[in-house]
Amino acid sequence: MVRESAGCCMEPISPVPHLPAKLVSAAMAIDEIPPTRRRARPAAHELERYEDLFAVRTRGMRSSAMREMMALTERPEVISLAGGLPDTTTFPPELYAKLMARVAAESTARALQYGPTGGMAVVMEGIVKVMEAEDTVVDAEDVIVTTGGQQVIDLVCKTLIDPGDVIVAEAPTYPGAVPTFSAYEADVVQIEMDEEGMPIDALEETLDALQAGGRRPKFIYTIPNFQNPGGVTMSLERRQRLVEVARERELLILEDNPYGLLRYEGEPLPTLYSLDASNAGRGGASDLVIYLGTFSKILSPGLRLGWAVAPRPVLEKLNLGKQGADLCSSPVTQLFVAAYLDEQDWMGYIQTLRDLYRKRRDTMLEALEKHFGEQARWTKPQGGLFIWATLPPYIDTTDLLARALESENVAFVPGRAAYMDGRGASSMRLNFAGIREQDIREGIGRIGKVVDEQVGLFGTLTRNGDGP
Amino acid sequence: MKVAVLKGGRSLERQVSLRSGAQIEDALQRLGHETVVIDVGPELVKQVRAAKPDVAFIALHGRDGEDGAVQELLGAIGVPYTGSGPSACIRCADKVLAKHLMRDAGVPTPEFHSFNETAFRELGAAAALKDIEQSLGFPLVVKPAGQGSALGIKFARGSEDVPGALLAAFSYDRKVLLERYVRGRDLAVSVLDSEGSGEPVALPIVEAVPRDENFYDFEARYEIGRTTFVCPAELAPDVAAQARKLALEVYALLGCRGFARVDLMLEQDSGELWVLETNAIPGFTETSLLPQAADAAGIDFDELVSRILVSAPTR
Repeated sequence: MVRESAGCCMEPISPVPHLPAKLVSAAMAIDEIPPTRRRARPAAHELERYEDLFAVRTRGMRSSAMREMMALTERPEVISLAGGLPDTTTFPPELYAKLMARVAAESTARALQYGPTGGMAVVMEGIVKVMEAEDTVVDAEDVIVTTGGQQVIDLVCKTLIDPGDVIVAEAPTYPGAVPTFSAYEADVVQIEMDEEGMPIDALEETLDALQAGGRRPKFIYTIPNFQNPGGVTMSLERRQRLVEVARERELLILEDNPYGLLRYEGEPLPTLYSLDASNAGRGGASDLVIYLGTFSKILSPGLRLGWAVAPRPVLEKLNLGKQGADLCSSPVTQLFVAAYLDEQDWMGYIQTLRDLYRKRRDTMLEALEKHFGEQARWTKPQGGLFIWATLPPYIDTTDLLARALESENVAFVPGRAAYMDGRGASSMRLNFAGIREQDIREGIGRIGKVVDEQVGLFGTLTRNGDGP
Repeated sequence: MKVAVLKGGRSLERQVSLRSGAQIEDALQRLGHETVVIDVGPELVKQVRAAKPDVAFIALHGRDGEDGAVQELLGAIGVPYTGSGPSACIRCADKVLAKHLMRDAGVPTPEFHSFNETAFRELGAAAALKDIEQSLGFPLVVKPAGQGSALGIKFARGSEDVPGALLAAFSYDRKVLLERYVRGRDLAVSVLDSEGSGEPVALPIVEAVPRDENFYDFEARYEIGRTTFVCPAELAPDVAAQARKLALEVYALLGCRGFARVDLMLEQDSGELWVLETNAIPGFTETSLLPQAADAAGIDFDELVSRILVSAPTR
């Protein structure tokens, strides 16, 4: 049977839940549709010529039925546990206005001008302070300011990955990194995590197997704290061993740490960067860990501001790559962040977020206990934004999402999105941070209902008289 | 003319529908019509009444749009609309009903069996699966009866895959079908009523060719971007003629009006043609198959929209 192509554009999964209609139409008004839109579109036969022009790597950049479905999670009546969002309603409006006014009044020309590619010195100094809060000492000269943490992943791939090069990642891995890895045609080898993160024995076996095939990964990608989407944290012992293994085998590590400061219980663990730096004992700089940080979760994702700390030769390439990508990250938001870090109790705001998100996490864990019962298991994160729940193997959560949206108006991210190889089909990612407690309870209740129905139905499908 | 373009809705094909609707709206404006765009939801009847259109152009795919519900409503409030009426929409949207009608009329359609959830829950249908597997053979295809997109279509390679495939299909519809898998070439024949006489005409055939010839991953064949479309399909003249004849037969059998798209398989081993299903409202995006087929027949997008508009009955 022939299926419709849904068009060639990749639409980002950008759930904007509960945005009032009034705000949406206001936003539309700003982006008034230009009158030229009415021109004739290319006819079908004319589209073929683009096919021949597209780079080979775009073949890995695919739209999918799942992406189409994710667009439905934006309907206002849907309780979406699918987003990757922090709760920005907690930021005081008057403070935002005050900081913006300060930037506007004191730094008009600078804010409106291009900035240095590597970042403005004032914000780099702020980043050094934020890293200190993670017990990680870095030199401002080793920092590059980026347009969100996502740009670090892109620049690192741009710098290190030729088509077919191996990246070792956790399984599941950050769904947002998957399109980046695909775009650079990386061969991603994923290592299944347990409750302590990536098992280092399994990593070593994988590295041995790769080596036997004459291959060496370009880097190991890990989110050690409250992993997205897995919700697990790498233990101290494994962190130690990971940096040792990387050092023995001369491998780079990309340490993605967006949520490190959002810990709701337990003792903070050292970053891989700081562990390696102290092991190396060379004045505190790691020469094999590329550290990725971001203001998205501790302040605001709308600012689009992140950073990398990297060994000098890598940093230079990242900088050149960034020149080609966007010349510099927005000086307006850099000055905003610098002003915020300079005059505000930013750790106090993080504490507010911790208290809020801790309650929401607890609410979701209670709701899961009540509504998911014995047929599922889920992670109990000590921080971060996400819980990873796994259902019986016969349930495909992509299909489950269709039913959940259709009959219960509730959404989550199907587990397949976090794997490059089709695994993860019976798992789902649930965001607890960006959703009100009553919606968490209601949302989990609705998903639980659909799961119960599917489990019951599967029982009848396998009742064929002579055993399943 | 004042035309209300109905698009969006809350089906799983909402995104495609929004793109179809936007294309149609642009074309209508280029053609000099006044347009009102309605994203279909609970206010549909009120919005259509308030707009007082001369005709409604239905660009909805999947639930509500293709299953006859919107057509029924528009009929009830006396607003003419494009495309098929409620009865044809119901016959097309329910793949099981369409296949029964085709089988009864002697139109070749792959062998199938269909069940709803109740048959499994209350009638012990699972006990019949062995017999069905034997008669259909493996691999077999499991589909939701009413889902228009690729979602929920699964291939079972052995008995152990069947319950999971059924469960997946049941996620999209309360009724599913198990169908014999026809290995071969995917063909789509779009049908368009001619100007003046209103006689339906089969447009050039589109073939969907998987980009990677070697893969044995059935699901991937339906993934967007893994397929290229060839139009007109390179077929022997008698095969092409037969495919178009079958499409026109099915179009008439199901009672379609204005336009529709009939999907067929050309079986590799036997050389036989098999009709799978009919879409009462196929996509209207620039890469959709109906516009591609029309384009190959020298009918550009604006003319296609114009002809469909004209074929809508007047008040």
